Amino acid sequence: MGKLKVATCSLAGCFGCHMSLLDIDEKLFDLLELVELDRSPLTDIKHCGPCEIGLVEGGVCNAENVHVLKEFRSNCRTLVAVGACAITGGIPAMRNNIDLWDCFQEVYHYGIGLEGGQIPNDRELPLPFDKVRPLNEVVRIDHFLPGCPPSAEAIWKFLTDLAAGREPRLDYEMLHYD
Amino acid sequence: MPFPLETAAHPENSRRVVIEPVSRVEGHGKVTILLDEGNRVREVRLHIVEFRGFEKFIQGRPYWEVPVLVQRLCGICPVSHHLAASKALDIIVGARRLTPSAQKLRRLMHLGQILQSHALHFFHLASPDLLFGFDADPARRNIAGLAAAHPDIARKGVLLRKYGQEIIRMTAGKRVHGTGSVPGGVNRNLSREERRQLAAGIDEVIAWSMEAVGMVKRLFAENARAWEGFGHYRSGFLSLVRADGALDFYDGGLRASDAGGGIVFDHADCQDYHERIHEEVKPWSYMKFPFLVALGAQDGWYRVGPLARVGRCDFLSTPLAEAERLAFKEFDGGAALHAPLAYHWCRMIEMLHAAEGIRELLGDDDLSGTDLLVRGTRALRGVGVLEAPRGTLIHHYRINEDEQVVGANLIVSTTHNNQAMNEAVRRVAMRYLDGRKLTEGLLNHIEVAIRAFDPCLSCATHALGKMPLMAELVDADGSVIDRLAKDG
Repeated sequence: MGKLKVATCSLAGCFGCHMSLLDIDEKLFDLLELVELDRSPLTDIKHCGPCEIGLVEGGVCNAENVHVLKEFRSNCRTLVAVGACAITGGIPAMRNNIDLWDCFQEVYHYGIGLEGGQIPNDRELPLPFDKVRPLNEVVRIDHFLPGCPPSAEAIWKFLTDLAAGREPRLDYEMLHYD
Repeated sequence: MPFPLETAAHPENSRRVVIEPVSRVEGHGKVTILLDEGNRVREVRLHIVEFRGFEKFIQGRPYWEVPVLVQRLCGICPVSHHLAASKALDIIVGARRLTPSAQKLRRLMHLGQILQSHALHFFHLASPDLLFGFDADPARRNIAGLAAAHPDIARKGVLLRKYGQEIIRMTAGKRVHGTGSVPGGVNRNLSREERRQLAAGIDEVIAWSMEAVGMVKRLFAENARAWEGFGHYRSGFLSLVRADGALDFYDGGLRASDAGGGIVFDHADCQDYHERIHEEVKPWSYMKFPFLVALGAQDGWYRVGPLARVGRCDFLSTPLAEAERLAFKEFDGGAALHAPLAYHWCRMIEMLHAAEGIRELLGDDDLSGTDLLVRGTRALRGVGVLEAPRGTLIHHYRINEDEQVVGANLIVSTTHNNQAMNEAVRRVAMRYLDGRKLTEGLLNHIEVAIRAFDPCLSCATHALGKMPLMAELVDADGSVIDRLAKDG
């Protein structure tokens, strides 16, 4: 049997879930026997190809996040929302109850030590949304793996269950939200 | 005034090449290159394309939440933000001097993080470029390729990172986003058993760090001409130094030098950082451009991180790393002192220095002490500065009488390097891309230059604001643009 293709990405997240994946330590080499990484911050593959599993960290905060998330959804048979931000928006969603324009004005005009203040307006910058959204408000999600970040043990159990074709099951102590 | 290659004179006649996302770095960035009809490079920009808003949305929160909140800026170096925030809040709770136990436990946590972050960046992310070549097959230019070709190097890299992460787990409670540091001190110590466990592994960690330094040194010597010149320019530098001039990751005064090596300020008080460092905004990136006020925006940009720290400190306080620092400075008559790729070399010297520092600390019984917290006269403002793995990190908070945060300013390491990274990619673009047919391997040269800085683009997206003007956005998302304009 060939290796399972797995793609990973971080949207409006902090990369901590990816770090927790690497916290499986030496088991990383066992994992690399089972899976082949497609698009991921760990590889130079810039676009997601057909994959068995997609792991997405972070919520959706701008138009580019939507493009990437849709690319993952249409290419990954099983799409997993990994960590607090992907599931609820997480800490970045703390900005959701703040009026964006007020924030722009404040940072922009009253920032400490700011010179030559101006609003970046380049077409290369993706449109920021007024709210940070969880992934399942944008695409269908097959599994939710909670935690900030989920522990390495939980990620390992989850991935090895999926790779073996089992329905992923986490024991009570592996399910935590901090 | 724009810098050379920052802005094309005739963008409308240009062909746009984009590298998106920049990979094997942390966070979201992209590079755009504009080429004219003859494939001459006319404009190169590294854009930071995401924003978060931490400085705004922590306002109104109780100050004691801040160290656990703001570390969510970055999962690679959460300890940096955890500790920089704690240091700023130490001042706010009146803990100008921590207990010896708290001080040493925080230092140990921080050294663990330097070790894990440097190992991660070198082994998991950057080393495939250096070992396989900048234009090697992209299918193997990653950690899996490294594990296949050099299993021993990959294994040691993974174990070095593991050791640093274990120090963080034991001092902070969790490997990522722990809770060990609080305003005024720490909330747990290390048991003698925990210290014994850690001490059992440290000699191996030092030996492997030595091997890593040796490997980069050898690679640099083998490729001296190409690597010294890769994206090369002279610049100013900024870092913390201890009172005696030694490199210090956790505390000290600010030292800044100009491109000629002259000192702009030295042992400057971090509480006054905002008088010495200002920031400029450019329309094409969410990341601001800091500069030294004394030199102005055009000449006052600088670099931070391993190259600044190792290159500009007076000495390293541990013997093995100090010997390596001297070897680095003397290499080829000092030819590597300004080379972007020398960041890798200095990073490995720092990893060794951190490992030696950990060994020293683990023998100290203060780590198992129980006097962990200090309180004193309350203040309403505090600045915390430390050297994160990627460079100088500044956290600045103001609170009100109700203990709510009312103001925050964060200048993260990668932001300091903004202009420096742009300069490096422009030079690499001129040298390797100008007038040529572009290939994947050539484009990876651009990313190699960026990776040298180990940028944390996730950290750098913290600043809120700078929403694109609606009228300027002509891409595929027109309908959403209209909606936002009305919301605004």
